[in-house]
Amino acid sequence: MPALPLEEAGKYVAAAYVVFLVLVVVYVAIMAAKLQRIERELRELAGFAEQRNREQDREQVTADV
Amino acid sequence: MYGKGLRPLSIATVAAIAAGFSLVFFYAPLDADQGFVQKIFYLHVPLSITALAGFIAGGVFAIAHLRSGDRRWDAYSYVSIHISVIFGVAVLVTGSIWAKASWGHWWVWDEPTLVSFLIVFLLYATYYPFRYAIEDPERQGRYASVFAVTAGAFVPLNFLAVRLAESLVHPRVFATTGGGLPGSMMLTFLVCLVAIALLWATLVKLELTAKGSAGQLKRLRRALDAPAPRGSSRIAPEVS
Repeated sequence: MPALPLEEAGKYVAAAYVVFLVLVVVYVAIMAAKLQRIERELRELAGFAEQRNREQDREQVTADV
Repeated sequence: MYGKGLRPLSIATVAAIAAGFSLVFFYAPLDADQGFVQKIFYLHVPLSITALAGFIAGGVFAIAHLRSGDRRWDAYSYVSIHISVIFGVAVLVTGSIWAKASWGHWWVWDEPTLVSFLIVFLLYATYYPFRYAIEDPERQGRYASVFAVTAGAFVPLNFLAVRLAESLVHPRVFATTGGGLPGSMMLTFLVCLVAIALLWATLVKLELTAKGSAGQLKRLRRALDAPAPRGSSRIAPEVS
């Protein structure tokens, strides 16, 4: 089969490279969302730990009194 | 722990991809036979080589898991296969686009190279339902490793069988006799191959980093005896 003219072949080449880039970008976006969720959960956990420490300190003070 | 070195690896990947694509469009000459459409090969062939190598790497990690019982190797194996399956999707799509431009068809069923890659891809597509059909994490990891080793051994055999088969229309990028790529095209191809391999390594590292963080978070939550938030359960193996 003879080679396609440049203007005809260009859209196929562009499509192949765009598909590749879209796949990579979508994957990286999914991973970024996952990492954001982990970060959020970590913040929640840090808050939970701090609250628990405060409660334990308060209980300690009450017991001492 | 897994995130160490992710930044330089990502920078190297972006630089290599930029260099590779620049060489493709500004340095490599047009193919005398195929013309501009041949530029797809600088993406399609490295993607397929990397995907197949990734499947084999998944099998090697699975052997390490079966030998040592260390679940980290299972996570390496899972992530290698996972990223290779994604690359496999890109191989099939870019290959179909090239086939449409060159042959006038999106797919040709009597071409061994295409069909054999599809068989390998579909084989690995069954890895996920096979893995998650087993609930016990220990058994899940062990069975998945056996699958990865078996399927990983099938990949080079399949590749050899295709090379030995008489190709009807699929071009050979690296011909065993005569032909082959001229220097400028070979350089461009090798840079693209390194760039795609680096991309694979970066994505594997990124996924492992996320899994490592998720695993540590889960253990921290358990240690603090904190309630798990809704939708926090994961099906992929977690690593320490």
